Amino acid sequence: MTFTIPIENGDSVKNAEADSQRTLYPYVTGTSIVAIKYKDGVLMASDMGGSYGSTLRYKNIERMKAIGKHSLLGASGEISDFQEILRYLDELVLNDSMWDDGNSLGPKEVHNYLTRVMYNRRNKFNPLWNTLVLGGVKNGETYLGMVSMIGVSFEDNHVATGFGNHLARPILRDEWHADLSFEDGVKLLEKCMRVLLYRDRSAINKLQIAKITEEGVTVSQPYSLKTFWEFKAFNNPTAGAEGSW
Amino acid sequence: MDLNLDAPHSMGTTIIGVTYNGGVVLGADSRTSTGMYVANRASDKITQLTDNVYVCRSGSAADSQVVSDYVRYFLHQHTIQLGQPATVKVSANLIRMLAYNNKNMLQTGLIVGGWDKYEGGKIYGIPLGGTVVEQPFAIGGSGSSYLYGFFDQAWKENMTKEEAEQLVVKAVSLAIARDGASGGVVRTVIINSEGVTRNFYPGDKLQLWHEELEPQNSLLDILNATGPEPMAM
Repeated sequence: MTFTIPIENGDSVKNAEADSQRTLYPYVTGTSIVAIKYKDGVLMASDMGGSYGSTLRYKNIERMKAIGKHSLLGASGEISDFQEILRYLDELVLNDSMWDDGNSLGPKEVHNYLTRVMYNRRNKFNPLWNTLVLGGVKNGETYLGMVSMIGVSFEDNHVATGFGNHLARPILRDEWHADLSFEDGVKLLEKCMRVLLYRDRSAINKLQIAKITEEGVTVSQPYSLKTFWEFKAFNNPTAGAEGSW
Repeated sequence: MDLNLDAPHSMGTTIIGVTYNGGVVLGADSRTSTGMYVANRASDKITQLTDNVYVCRSGSAADSQVVSDYVRYFLHQHTIQLGQPATVKVSANLIRMLAYNNKNMLQTGLIVGGWDKYEGGKIYGIPLGGTVVEQPFAIGGSGSSYLYGFFDQAWKENMTKEEAEQLVVKAVSLAIARDGASGGVVRTVIINSEGVTRNFYPGDKLQLWHEELEPQNSLLDILNATGPEPMAM
């Protein structure tokens, strides 16, 4: 999925004007985010990796952040754009708080704001290269939605970005149900994250799970998942057919 | 020429920033290349921003110079307004501001390192794109590709100043051995509460690595040094 308008020579100085009009490409990227609604609110999982092309360059990036009192934002894609979005949201939350009217932005409002930002940038051919997941609870209502870099926005009971679209979604479709307990929810997310660890080249084995309920946001400490390699077939896969894989 | 737009640009240079128990050590090679030609074999890639904050520059020499010049100018004014030394975090954020907002045009990766009284020694990595990442140590430039494994193994928390500097010198030296875009001398800058120390390690003072030979003045010295024929009585 690329939007680049090809230019003849790569000299960005000569094409400075064309450059500010054309799309960027991502440099430091985060991989999948997986999130589900559960009994008390929303659970979201992400690993802590920041890839630089094919290099797993940064291994301590927090890709999920609390927004205000009621929301949790997770992002995949370009990290610098995510950091910029956090700055916009800081300003949004600050201005909201300055009204001092006892009201505070809920997840639905934050999601709507992000949708407008992402879609507007897309229209100017200068997207923020992220897929965002926004979850939260306000006044007993649980909310979970996502916005892509082209401004596609929707809510659902479970969402996934990047590779998660292909690997986690089928698992969630099969095994998610309403009113999951915290333990079942975590186990379900971990099942998805483990598959992503096996099959997504840009995944690293250091993840966090965040929970948001009426009480607020908690992001877990970083931890690693055990992986299983003891299938008999893994031991000597080419025994019957030397040279194969 | 077909550009592979999916891969990041590799950049000439090896730059490193490492925190230790009391401050930071910044290190870099000294090669500036124009294509295959070495335009400057003794450049200084560790540039001062304030008395207590320095930046390691990699990538386009021009871009990194102009960014650090602007930030030095901003920080100078900021220091006057603030009435006390600028913090490392503020310096890093100013670099980020320029790097992010001009991401289409700039091609420079920077490592900001320094010491301030609030947070002590801190290192911030600012790669292409303008992401800011605070790290206990950071590596950058094309030579850094060869150092990921090295640091995974050799890095430890709470090193002494001497250990940290030795680690940095060793690392830059290893990168120089394998990266054509890195070379020359190893420069280090140590920043802590007491101030700033600049050090200089010319190529011949560094350890020899695999398949590197002891430098000689001439073959003639080798030939003359050989003693009598073996088994001579």
